[in-house]
This record gives sequence, C-alpha cells and structure tokens, in this order.
Amino acid sequence: MNTVKLSALKPGEAGIISALNTEEDLFHRLAALGFRIGKQVNVIRGARFAGPLQVRIGTTDVMLRINEARKIDIKPLS
Amino acid sequence: MKRVALLGMPNTGKSTFFNRITGASARVGNWPGVTVDLLGAKVLLGGEIVELVDLPGIYDLHGFSDDEQVVRHFLENNAVDLVLLIVNTSQIERQLSLVLQIKQLNLPAVVLLNMSDEARKFGITVDTQQMGEVLDLPTVSLSAKYGTGYKEAYQLINRAVQASHPVRLERIREMLAQDAQIEAAMEAALSKAVQIPVQLSDNLTARLDHVLLHPWFGLPLFFVVMYVLFQAIFFLGSPLQEGVGWALDQLRQGVLDPALAPAPAMLRGLLLDGIYNGVGTVAAFVPIIILFFLFMAIVEDTGYLSRAAFLMDALMSKMGLDGRSFVMMLMGFGCNVPALMGTRVMRSRALRLLTMLTIPFSLCSARLQVFIFITTALFTPRAAPVVLFSLYMFSFATAFLTALLFKKRFQNTEPFILELPPYRFPTLRQMALRGWHEARHFLNRASKFIIAGVVLVWLLTHFPAGAAPASPQTWAGMIGAFLSPLLDPIGINQQLAIALIFGFVAKEIVIGSLAVIYGMEGTALMGLMGHQLDWVQAYSFMLFTLIYTPCLSTIATIRSESKSLPFTLLAVGWPLGLAWLLSFAFYQGARALGY
Ligand SMILES: Nc1nc2c(ncn2[C@@H]2O[C@H](COP(=O)(O)OP(=O)(O)OP(=O)(O)O)[C@@H](O)[C@H]2O)c(=O)[nH]1
Ligand SMILES: [Mg+2]
Repeated sequence: MNTVKLSALKPGEAGIISALNTEEDLFHRLAALGFRIGKQVNVIRGARFAGPLQVRIGTTDVMLRINEARKIDIKPLS
Repeated sequence: MKRVALLGMPNTGKSTFFNRITGASARVGNWPGVTVDLLGAKVLLGGEIVELVDLPGIYDLHGFSDDEQVVRHFLENNAVDLVLLIVNTSQIERQLSLVLQIKQLNLPAVVLLNMSDEARKFGITVDTQQMGEVLDLPTVSLSAKYGTGYKEAYQLINRAVQASHPVRLERIREMLAQDAQIEAAMEAALSKAVQIPVQLSDNLTARLDHVLLHPWFGLPLFFVVMYVLFQAIFFLGSPLQEGVGWALDQLRQGVLDPALAPAPAMLRGLLLDGIYNGVGTVAAFVPIIILFFLFMAIVEDTGYLSRAAFLMDALMSKMGLDGRSFVMMLMGFGCNVPALMGTRVMRSRALRLLTMLTIPFSLCSARLQVFIFITTALFTPRAAPVVLFSLYMFSFATAFLTALLFKKRFQNTEPFILELPPYRFPTLRQMALRGWHEARHFLNRASKFIIAGVVLVWLLTHFPAGAAPASPQTWAGMIGAFLSPLLDPIGINQQLAIALIFGFVAKEIVIGSLAVIYGMEGTALMGLMGHQLDWVQAYSFMLFTLIYTPCLSTIATIRSESKSLPFTLLAVGWPLGLAWLLSFAFYQGARALGY
C-alpha cells in the first residue's frame, strides 16, 4: 500500500503510522505523546494560514506544525 | 529524613495532588509545564516526617529541555526513598511508558491513577488490581482534584513509605533499556487491565473546540474574550479599590491623625504622609489583584491557553517564536517572573532567549495598578477602559516588534508539538487557593519593597531640612532637574521622574511614591494629578512605564534563567531605549497635532 506524509491528510481523514523520520529528541517526544508505528492518527483540523494541525492519537489530542507532520509517514485509511 | 518525589508526565495533576497532601498552594493549571522547578514540603507519612517534592512533568527520561533536566538532575543528585508516579488515567495507553521506564531504574514506586473522574466520564475503565499485579507495583485509582479515592491512596503511600529505603541513581540515561522492550510490556499491561472505547465520549471539549478553534472566528473570538475579561476586571475592581481607599482614608482621619497628633511633626509626616499614604494607596489595589488572579486561574485551568497557542502559532512562527511563546506572554500578564521561568519547556536556547526578550513587555498586574490609577484620575469613565485596552495592544505590539527585530540573532528550528488537554474548570477550592496565594505574594512584596521604597521617596522629597516638600530644592528635585534634559522631551515632569526611578525596583512603588510626592492619597491624589497633568503627559508616562523595565525581580530572573550577562544587559537596555523613543514619538506627535 502507498504511504503519504501526515501533512497530506485533510481534516476528517485518518491513517496508520508507518514510520517516524525524525531526529532522536523529537522521536522520543513523539513516542511519549503516543506516536508509535502501527498506531492510528485522525486529523481533526488545521489552523488558518498554514498553522499547526490538530490530530488525535488514541485518547490524546496533539497539535503539531506541518513541518513536523511531514516527518511522519502514514498509510491512509479510506 | 526520607524523601518522596512526585513524578509523571506534564499536566497529570502532580501539583494538585501535592497541594492536597501537603496543604500547600503550588500553582496548578491546565497547561503542560506549569511547574518548572522543584518544590518541597514536609508532611507526616508512615509515622514520620518526610520531605515530599513536587517536580516538573517529564515525557520520558531521555528529556532534553531545561525543565526535564531539573528532574534528571534531582534524581541523580538526591537519594530518593519513594516515587509517587502520577498517571492521567484517560491517557494511560501512552503514559504507561514512563511508569515502565521508572520501574526499570528499580526505584521504589507507587502508581497513582489520577483523574479517575474524567476517565469514567470518557468511558475508560482500568482494573486497578490487575494493573498493580502486571506492573508489580502498588497501584491505586483516585481523583486528586475532587478527592475520591484519596484516603485509599494515602494509606497505600503510608505503607510504602514505611517499607522504603533510599535509592540513589547515577547516569540514568545509560540505565534505560530498549524502547521495544518497554513497548511490549506496555501492550501486555494494557490488554490485561484497560478498556478504552473506540469512540471517546468527550463531547463537551469537541463542541467547544468546534467554536473556539473555528478557522475564521477562533482568533477574533480570542480577542473578544480577552477584552471582556479585562473590562470585567476594571468594572468590578474599580469600585472595590475606591471602597478600600475610602476606608483607609477614614481610618486615618478618624483614628490615626488624632492618635499621632502629639508626635513631633517630622515623625508624624514620615509615618502618615510617608508610610501610611504610600502603602495605603498600594494596598487599596489588593482586591483588584485578587480578582485579576481569580480570572487568571480560571483561564489557565480551562485549557484555553493551549487553544491560544494553536490559534496564534502561524503568526508567531513569522516572528521566530511559537505558540508557547504567546502563551508565556499571556501568563506574563499576571507576573513576568513565572512566565520567564515557564520558557524552560523550550528546548532550543535561541527560542527560549527570544521568548524571554519579549515577555517583559507583557503588561503585568503590578503595571495594571499604575494604569488603573492614572486612567481613573485623568480620563472619563467612558474613556478609561479604552485607554487601558490600548495599553494592552501596545504591550503586544512592542513584544512582536522586538521578536521581529531580533529573530535573526536568535534563529531556531525547534519543532512545535503540544498537547491539547480537555477543557476543565477550577473548583472553588482551587480558585480560593490561588487568590490567597497571590494576595500573600503581593503583601510579601509590599512589606519588602514598598515600605522601603516609600520611606526613601519621603526622605528624598523632604530633605535637605528646610526645603519645602517636593520642591526643586529637595534631593528629589535635584535628581529631577538632573534628568530633565532626558525626560522633558517626553513630557515627564520632575515629580513623575522620581516615581519612574523607583518603578525600576517594583511597579507597585510607583503609585505609592506618587502618593508621597504629592502628599495625598486615594481620591484626593487622583484629583490633584488630574489638575497638574494633561492626558498627553499621562499617556506618555504610562507608555514609558509599560515598556521601560518590568522590575528588579524580572531582571534577576532573566539573569538566572539565561545565565548570560550580555543577554541580561540587552533585555534591560533595549526596552529602555524603545520606551523613550515611543514616548517621545507619542508626546511630540500629540503636541504637534495641537493636543
Ligand atoms: N478532572 C480532574 N482534573 C484534575 C485532577 N487532578 C488535576 N486536575 C487538573 O489537571 C490540570 C493539571 O493539574 P496540575 O496539578 O497543574 O498538573 P501537574 O502534573 O502538576 O502539571 P505540570 O506541573 O505542568 O507538569 C489542572 O487543570 C487540574 O485542575 C483530577 O483528579 N481530575
Ligand atoms: Mg505541576
């Protein structure tokens, strides 16, 4: 199946994390917030003017910039 | 003495639990990173006095940010007898990783599954006994905020303290095992003891976010909320302040004046016109301060701050900052000092420094007192709130301008990732604690700075002996004359100059010293100032007061947090220059326009 970047998902779309292409410290922070390979993310909304995305991962809501979302590979769920 | 530490991820209720068990009033807020420093208190646990330590939240033990380093440093330099691991039950599926990391270090620990009230509401159930068995750690479920399950938790902790022995860790990072191992253990524990519904049932938060984070209305709504809050403080607070002022006036006329009539004139002047008037004028603001911080407590506890970060991040990133910097500016509206320390959650030093450079422009509650006083004295009741709001706008504008000008020198690529916690509301108890805490803090400053300040001002305005009070012949007059080439062009007269000098130490002294300089307090003082100054001078004075320097404590905090003298000098020098330039532009501009 094809993978996309998390930043490519639209509000309301969801996917399964397949890879985290980040530096070590960001990797640890993402893991602690629940971003682990195989977990599902739902994109809730994006802020205006290319601001951060609000995503839900498990029971936690997290915001992250598009820049960071680009480092996360996703298998989209249709 | 045994030492017990509170550990957990940010925003899980560690400080709430700490307050409940020790009776302390540590700051609590629905924002990850409220506690950024150690806070210890002594409590009776397991039949002996132990030291309980509230720590900043940590996401994991790999942590790199300054607040996380506080924790690692603490664990590596102190023997700990017991760790209380606080977990937000609703987020147990990810927070268990920290529990397992701590367990690897062989620290004796008790697991407190907190926020059981929310977990129940969201439909999440944890079999506490199962969880305890899988983790092989004593485990209990409770709500630190509402107190359910607290008794059981307390007893469990007592037993654990009795059985404990000190453990000292070194080189924590090297002790951590493979993440994969932890992940497997997590899955095992979760599948055995935890049930999470497929669809979370936090409708309230979803509905509120739908409105408050609306793509078009979110940001305007934020400013409307701010505007309404500040107006409310002004409208509710002003009568309270006048009431207290009136009462203090009556006390002086009815009791103190007659009682001190036999005392020598000099002493009477110092005690009544100096200390009593000065401190009284400041003390009249205590109700406003309490009111202000009650509102602050509500805003901080609702979780709206994280939403503000979400809404503002795009704009902030253009200035080299991020959403958290904006939240720190908002926190700075209460007091700049905790806001400066709150930047510890940032990992990039450049981002931290740039944010610290902007925070002192936040119109803190001490400056608010000065502005309420002057706007009430010089503007109509209709205009005063608008004038006040314009100063808040200047506060944002100068902070943003500063970031824009300096972002090149403090470039950073810090990633921006932040939790959005559910909306919450403080209990009455939490609000009362906060109000009391701030009132005490204020009285503390009052007794330290303000009394010394007004005594000094009184001496400066009454000596050398023989000079008419506050006349050009007094020391204060000489200082004023010396500074007049600098201050005349911005419309600040010699009386105000003395107040500004003392405002450098703490803004509370400004009104106190005005009371001493003009030899009056409360309404009489306002009346006199209304006569002697026009609105252009007053506004110029307020602009300068807003921008020039927060206070000595802020400068000391900038120094200790940045650990850099050149940076501290920049953080003092730049606002001074900017204050002068803006006041100059305003004053000369308004005069040129014929005002
Ligand atoms: N519903 C509910 N809310 C709680 C409970 N305990 C704490 N809170 C709220 O959770 C938020 C965070 O509480 P704090 O005590 O500041 O959390 P902390 O772990 O000290 O946070 P940091 O210092 O930022 O790491 C506040 O809004 C509290 O009112 C609880 O048992 N139930
Ligand atoms: Mg705390």
